[in-house]
Amino acid sequence: MKNHVWRPLLIVLVVVCGILMTRVLVVPDDFGVYERGYMYGWHRKSNEAEWKSVRVKYKTARICAGCHKEKHDEIIKSVHASISCENCHGPNYDHPEDPLGMNIDRSRKLCIRCHAYLPYKGTLRGGIPGIDPEKHYPSAECVLCHIPHNPKAMNQKREAKS
Amino acid sequence: MMNRREFCKTTMIVAGGLVIPLAALEVFNPKRLLAEKSGDDKGNVRWVFLVDIHKCVGCGFCVNACKVENEVPYDANVTRTWVERYVVTKDGQTSIDSPKGARDGFTTQKIDQGHLGDKEIDPASIAKAFFVPKLCNQCDNPACVQVCPVGATYQTGDGIVLVDRSWCIGCGYCVMGCPYGVRFFHPVYHVAEKCNFCYHRITKGMKPACVDACPFGARKIGNIRDPEDPVTRIITSEQVNVLKEEFGTKPQVFYLGLSREVK
Repeated sequence: MKNHVWRPLLIVLVVVCGILMTRVLVVPDDFGVYERGYMYGWHRKSNEAEWKSVRVKYKTARICAGCHKEKHDEIIKSVHASISCENCHGPNYDHPEDPLGMNIDRSRKLCIRCHAYLPYKGTLRGGIPGIDPEKHYPSAECVLCHIPHNPKAMNQKREAKS
Repeated sequence: MMNRREFCKTTMIVAGGLVIPLAALEVFNPKRLLAEKSGDDKGNVRWVFLVDIHKCVGCGFCVNACKVENEVPYDANVTRTWVERYVVTKDGQTSIDSPKGARDGFTTQKIDQGHLGDKEIDPASIAKAFFVPKLCNQCDNPACVQVCPVGATYQTGDGIVLVDRSWCIGCGYCVMGCPYGVRFFHPVYHVAEKCNFCYHRITKGMKPACVDACPFGARKIGNIRDPEDPVTRIITSEQVNVLKEEFGTKPQVFYLGLSREVK
């Protein structure tokens, strides 16, 4: 064959090889089709492990009870028993070695998440004892009068006396 | 008559066009595709979520915990999960709001209408009111995954839709493609971000942060492939509903007590 056919063909071959080479270099080895098939499962497999290795911050009340058993036993009897410790005390992270997140939130903002009264009759929220945050001692912190671990009104009085 | 220059040009275009399907041939290997088709139902785990609207009080502890656990910037107005408030008045009007995604809960009766200001609703005129937690539906037919042009978002064998942060090009197709609006751009990484049922927790035998944070048991996670799972039992035996079933996405977040006002 003549030169004018070979030359463009050679260029084409180089272009093809170039594209394939770049593909090999750029696409990671574990990139492929996995469990969910081509339409939904086309991905880099090692990314699953990356997501699994995200640091766990909230360790749950069960872990807290491991050391703070007396506190746990006390709270479990109160109406606040269903609230996770970490909702108010902050995420555990690696407490006690690294108490980074353990900042107790004593703010009004925290309490009124549930205890700001909303007039939604027949709902769970409407049944929670609630206040109007703008009228009920607006400048005071709730914890000045109320004990979050033992919130029943009767208990508050009893504890105040002792 | 074709001259050499034209011939070269045309050859290049044709060859270039041919290379694209050639490069894809390896991925489309029909043998492998067939093998994968039959393997669709492999594995004994498929995560599902159950939300009980009757139990939600709108405290927003779930949103707070999610933001901290998943390192979503706390003050940025984006969140992987959020809670919506629906107030339906007796004249049939529905008011919906979710200030900051309910990160700080619902602490006022006023409906937050954004730039339109707050809306007062007379308590006597309220016919019904309820809170609806929302999160990624981990659909069986995830529209967001289909539209991804680079394979950066995908579904794992146990049904969780994840985003590969190093592979996402930030085109935003998935953000637009999701009918539930659960996707957004991560303000730090500038790539698509979404709820993944706290994949790092559920794969360790823990529950998602929002489930652990909910004091009222309004949020539950389960494995639909396990017939003994309490969540599976509720889904299969009680009146549950899903969001936007008409989109055909087969969402896997089930709702108890879902009202028709919920979009």
